[in-house]
Order: sequence, then C-alpha cells, then structure tokens
Amino acid sequence: MPNVTINGVDVSVPNGTTILAAAKNAGFEIPTLCALEDLHAVGACRICVVEVEGAKTPVPSCVTPVSDGMKVYTNTQRVRQYRRMMVELLLSEHDGVCQTCNRFADCELRKLANELSILDVRFTGDKKSRKIDKSTPGLMRDNSKCILCRRCVTMCNRIQGVAALFPQNRGFETSIGPAFSTDLQNVFCVQCGQCAALCPVGAISENNHISEVWAALDNPDKFVVVETAPAIRASIGECFGYDTGTAVTGKMVAALRRLGFDAVFDTNFAADLTIMEEGTEFLTRLKAVFKDKKDAPLPQFTSCCPAWIRYAEHNYPELLPNISSCKSPQQMFGAVAKTYYAKKLGKKADDIVVISVMPCIAKKSEAIRPEMNDSGVQDVDYVLTTRELGLMIKESGIVFENLPEEYADAPMGKGSGAADIFANTGGVMEAALRTAYEIITGKSLPFEDLHIKPIEGLIGIKRAEFTIKGTLPEWSFLEGVTLKVAVTHGLGQARKFVDALKAGQEECHFIEVMTCPGGCIGGGGQPRFTTDEVRNQRMNVIFKEDEGKKVRKSHENPEVMRLYEEFLGAPLSEMSHKLLHTKYKPSNK
Amino acid sequence: MNDPKCSGCACTLSEEEITKRLDDIIEEYRDKPGGLIPALQIVQSLLGYLPDKVIRYLSNGFHKSYSEVAGIVSFYSFFSTTPRGKYIIRVCLGTACYVRGGKQILENLKQELGIDVGETTEDRMFTLSIARCFGACGLAPVITINDDIHQRVKGAKVRDILKYYREKDSQGKEMN
Ligand code: SF4
Ligand code: SF4
Ligand code: FES
Ligand code: FES
Repeated sequence: MPNVTINGVDVSVPNGTTILAAAKNAGFEIPTLCALEDLHAVGACRICVVEVEGAKTPVPSCVTPVSDGMKVYTNTQRVRQYRRMMVELLLSEHDGVCQTCNRFADCELRKLANELSILDVRFTGDKKSRKIDKSTPGLMRDNSKCILCRRCVTMCNRIQGVAALFPQNRGFETSIGPAFSTDLQNVFCVQCGQCAALCPVGAISENNHISEVWAALDNPDKFVVVETAPAIRASIGECFGYDTGTAVTGKMVAALRRLGFDAVFDTNFAADLTIMEEGTEFLTRLKAVFKDKKDAPLPQFTSCCPAWIRYAEHNYPELLPNISSCKSPQQMFGAVAKTYYAKKLGKKADDIVVISVMPCIAKKSEAIRPEMNDSGVQDVDYVLTTRELGLMIKESGIVFENLPEEYADAPMGKGSGAADIFANTGGVMEAALRTAYEIITGKSLPFEDLHIKPIEGLIGIKRAEFTIKGTLPEWSFLEGVTLKVAVTHGLGQARKFVDALKAGQEECHFIEVMTCPGGCIGGGGQPRFTTDEVRNQRMNVIFKEDEGKKVRKSHENPEVMRLYEEFLGAPLSEMSHKLLHTKYKPSNK
Repeated sequence: MNDPKCSGCACTLSEEEITKRLDDIIEEYRDKPGGLIPALQIVQSLLGYLPDKVIRYLSNGFHKSYSEVAGIVSFYSFFSTTPRGKYIIRVCLGTACYVRGGKQILENLKQELGIDVGETTEDRMFTLSIARCFGACGLAPVITINDDIHQRVKGAKVRDILKYYREKDSQGKEMN
C-alpha cells in the first residue's frame, strides 16, 4: 500500500488508487468536470489538476495513480490559476445562454465557474455554432454547449454497448456525436437517455413536452388523465429537496390533481395488468413445452423496456419471438384508458388525452410507434420525464411539501406491491413469479418475504433457480421442474448474457432485461444525479413501498380483476390481444 | 446494409465483386487487434474513397457502431469520404502565395476544371483543394499535384500543366 502525503496529510491507499481518490480519503475535495467515480476517467477537462513534488507541470488527478512517497498539493496558487484558465477557456468556446438553458439549475460548468469565482472571461474564443438536433423523439442535443468531457461516450459505449455517440474529427474540430457529426436519427440509438443523465451541461437532454401538456390541460374539450410510473414516487421528491430515497406517493398524487388533471391514475395498475398477461403467456409457453411437447419460444424475455425492444429489434431479430408480446405498462394503460375507461365516461377515445410520467426517455419514443394506437388513436399522447413533472409543479406555484397525501382515482389507480417493484432491476421478474408460482401451486412464492434476493441489487447479470413443488393437478407436469431465471440491466450486460445464451453457455426459462443500470429507478429521465448510492437508496424505498402494501401480488389487485370481469374477459383473451399485446419487427437502422 | 453500392465511382469492379472483396477484407481483419484501420486503408485504395454505404457495411462486419467507425475515418486525414481524382491539386493560399497570385491561379483552375474547391472532375481525373503554406514561399505562387511541386506558376500556364497530366495519363493507359 503506497503512502502518500496530500497537503501535508499522510494517507496510505491501495495500489492503483488515483490521486483524486487518495485526496478524498485524506479529506480534500478536488474539483472535477469530466471524471465520474468508478465509471469514467479520461483526463479530458484538466480541471482536477494538482501539483506533485518533482513534476514540472500540474497533473490531472483523476487519471494519475499515486506512487509511494508521492507528495501532492491540491490547492497551490499555480493549481488555482491553471484551473481557472481551463474553465475560462471552456467558457470562451461555450455558447453560454445560461438564462434559457434547461440545465441552468444544475449545470456543472456553471457551478464550477461560480465556485472558482470566475467573474470575467479573459479569452474570446470561436464559439461553436449552434445546431439543435431534435431528430429523434426522445432527445435534444445542442453541441454548441458540449465541453467534450466524453461521459456520454463512455455511457453509450461501455455501459450500453450502443456507441451511437463517439468523438468525430480531431483537434480543434473534435465534436462528440453521431457518425460524421450528423443528426442522431442517422445512427442506431435506443433512446435510453443515459447520455442525458450524465451530461454535465445542457448539451443533451430530453425533448421537452411540457408546453404540449399545458395546452392539453388548458383545452376545455379534452379530458386529460395522467399515469405515473412506479419509479416516480421514489424520486420526484428529489426535485423538491427531499433526501434521496424518500417516497412521496401521496403528495405526488395531490400535486397532479392540483395541476388540473381530470383523473389521476397509476401506471402500477397497468403493471399488475402486465403481470397477468405476461405471467399467463409464460405459463402457456411452459405448458406447450413440458406438457404438449411442442415448440414454444423459451426462454421468454420481458418486454417492459422499450429501449431493450429497440436493441433487440436491431441486434437480435432471431430472438423477437422469444420476447413477451406484452406491451409495456405505459402502453397498456393508454390503450385501456381510451377504451374501457372512455366507455365508462361515455366519451370517445379521441376526447381523452393520456399523459404519462416516466423515469424514462425511451418511453417518449415508444408512445409514437405507429402500431401503438389500438384504441383507434394514439394510445399515449405525451410522455413527461420525472424532471419535467418536477418543473411543471414548480412552475404552477404548488408548494410540494405542504401538500396533503392523497390517493389516486378509481378505476385505474390501484397497484399491488408487485407493481411497485417494477421500478427496480429484478422487480418485473419477481412480480411475475409471485403470480405465476401461485397459479401453478396455489401457494405463495417460496422466498422469504416474497423477495428473490439473488436477483436484487446492482450486479449486472443475476441468476436464480428453484424447484416447483406441490403443483395443482392442472399443472402437475411442472412438478419437480427446476425453473431458471435471469435478470440483466445495462445493455452491455444484457448483450453479454444473450450472447452466452446463444452460444449455449447459459440456460434459462425467463429473462428480465432493463436498459438502464439499476432498472427504471436509474432511468434517463430521473432527477440528476444518479450514482450507485442513489440507485440503492431509491431501490430500498421501492421495496419499502411494496412491503407496506396489503396487496403484494398482481392477481390480487381488485381493480385489475374488475377490468377482466367487465371488459377483457381473461388474460390472453381476444380483447387482451387486441389492446395489450404487440408485434416486433427487425430493424436494420 | 446488404448492398454496398459503389455510388458511381470510376473503379471497374461490379457490385458483387465489391461486396465479395469487402467480405474477404472483413474476414481477414475482423479478429486482428487494430484491424479496422488497415482494412479501411485497403478499401480506400480499392475504391478511391470510402463511400458512406461501405462504411456502414464495414462497421457491421467489424461489430462496431457506425458512429465509432465514422469517428476513426474522420480522425485520420488520409481517409476520404468523397470521391477523389487521380491527381490531387493543392493550391497554396498562404500569405506569400496569396499576394503573388495564388488566388488567381485558383480561379483559373476552377474555370479550367469546371469544379469548385473540394470537388472532383467528372472523369475522376482531378480533385481541387487548397492549402496553407508549403514552406516554399520563396517560389510563390506554388501548387502541388500529387507529389510534384510547381513553382512560380503563372495563370496562363495552368492549362498547359493540366494538359501535361491528361496526356501522361492517356500514355500510361496505352502502355498497359
Ligand atoms: S440515448 Fe442511449 S443509446 Fe442513444 S445516444 Fe444516448 S446513451 Fe446512446
Ligand atoms: S455531450 Fe455532454 S456528456 Fe457528451 S461530451 Fe459533450 S458535455 Fe460531455
Ligand atoms: S476531472 Fe480529471 S481531467 Fe476532467
Ligand atoms: S505561402 Fe505558399 S508556400 Fe508559403
């Protein structure tokens, strides 16, 4: 273990530790602009420079490992001057229209300039010319604000394995973006928005749909309903200064009501519906294979994540039959709201506007897929991210913390605990098994507190298996069968698993794939900034929501039961197929 | 992309032949570390430049994204994504050449060739480009054509110079 001295403080740290980490250990924060702990260190911005005794020039601390006996100074006059100069250079090239930048409140460059007391920029650089790229449904890019930190490149390449964004050209001409600096629509992008989640400045963010939603709310001829995804309740509090990991479900409902929505519903209702359909679909496939000895596409993959769907359509066309034909909960909700609920209201599909609030950017692009109109019109009209809803609540002058706790409306406002955990990696799988196991055996899933521990948490590929015992007569062909399931999150991990599966190195019956690391609680539309610590806190609060519910299994959701009784019939019925299921098509773009 | 159409370049290969060659190149270089760059070089020497469709085809073959391969192509100046002529004319517009008539020579060349800077003649003979100071200011104005340096060029001589290369080319063809 090398011993180093930082500003006179001795610390000993493991081999390979960076100066940045060692300094933190010794109690000194070094400002950074590009580096991200445990994820990204490329030495691009040079804000993190320090002086090392014996070195001629300051060194970037995020990429320099310590060596034994090293003496480091993090706050000398030279270092301060160097940092200031680097920030001023960035500002001189930066198209700084902070007043109207969507990152005004949390821009890391602006914050840094402020912390370094930069009150004047001594250089006048060529400002990059502004070219807004809104070519894809989910994202807005403004390269004139890009500071070339390459966080998005690391995310899109190393974590997601998509590499839609990559450095183009060289030297002064370098730009970060799609091939040959064209628009994003010219390359393959899953619209996960993880690039937007990490960008320190206003160069990548979601396409904002707030004004469309206000317009709908202001239109007296429209009946506007809203659904909120399971992950929102665990994170929107962060927009209003609550500690990470605080659930604000009741206040969120109250806020939505005060924004003027005609009915406040819950995507959790549709998540339970998804489990009814997807669980039944899985059992149907098991029956075909184990009882009727017929061919059926196993393993089954989950389909709630639209970015995963795009990834599979592009990379694994041969696996499309294996993916559950269930629409995502967002889309099931829209289709049901504009048929079942419209009928109850005596309205036409066209009179209803469905707004969904999602932790996700890909859902913006899912909502406008041409086939997502089984109600006769586009099933979900606009998708807001958690961040956008936070802004709307602020704009309307609602004081969030003073709100009472309220409940969502009937008949699409109730969700079981199984629906809550959709927000976490592993949650859809657990929810599906809570229901499927009970259908097969009449008994609860044999795991403590209904949690399948091995598929929880932040490891990229997780597996679990258990043997089915005590089957009901109808399902006796599954007696003694060992069911194997797997859960992956982050498309790079998903790809690793699927490739191993294709090579016969993995064996599995059911696989959950979520594109965003941590699952939806880590979605590209969540309040910034999402680190692993934040992911864990949000996951814990989701588990608490689940455990606090009386109804923790999707098939016990009374509103879902009523929907089947009054409207759909049974899972996989003709009506279900029409409204709740979809088809995928290979894509080569 | 399944058919890397060679969008009208002067090479004599048919589309199937090009696809076949691309597949061979991919096969040979895919698993070599750093194999993409030599592969791109070979393809460029085969086709004269790297058409967009070919870049997409290669990126599929190498299991890399289009953006990543484009990033590499745009990083190195020896790769070109537009067709280039057999002879690359560079007109110096550095200060010395500029004041001693470089600008006029460029105008004459544009007129003679009927193309603008960055373009290539229809017969794929000449590509016109500009440069900043070759370090031969004493001989200004200077133009280079491939590896040849032409110094103290006079506007009136431009036609003769071009004729020289055209004839050189057709003689070359007869000799083959
Ligand atoms: S949205 Fe996802 S896939 Fe698209 S560029 Fe951003 S990180 Fe890459
Ligand atoms: S777009 Fe944002 S994250 Fe990407 S390199 Fe530019 S500043 Fe960094
Ligand atoms: S934070 Fe170290 S170089 Fe950017
Ligand atoms: S200016 Fe033309 S060679 Fe120097």
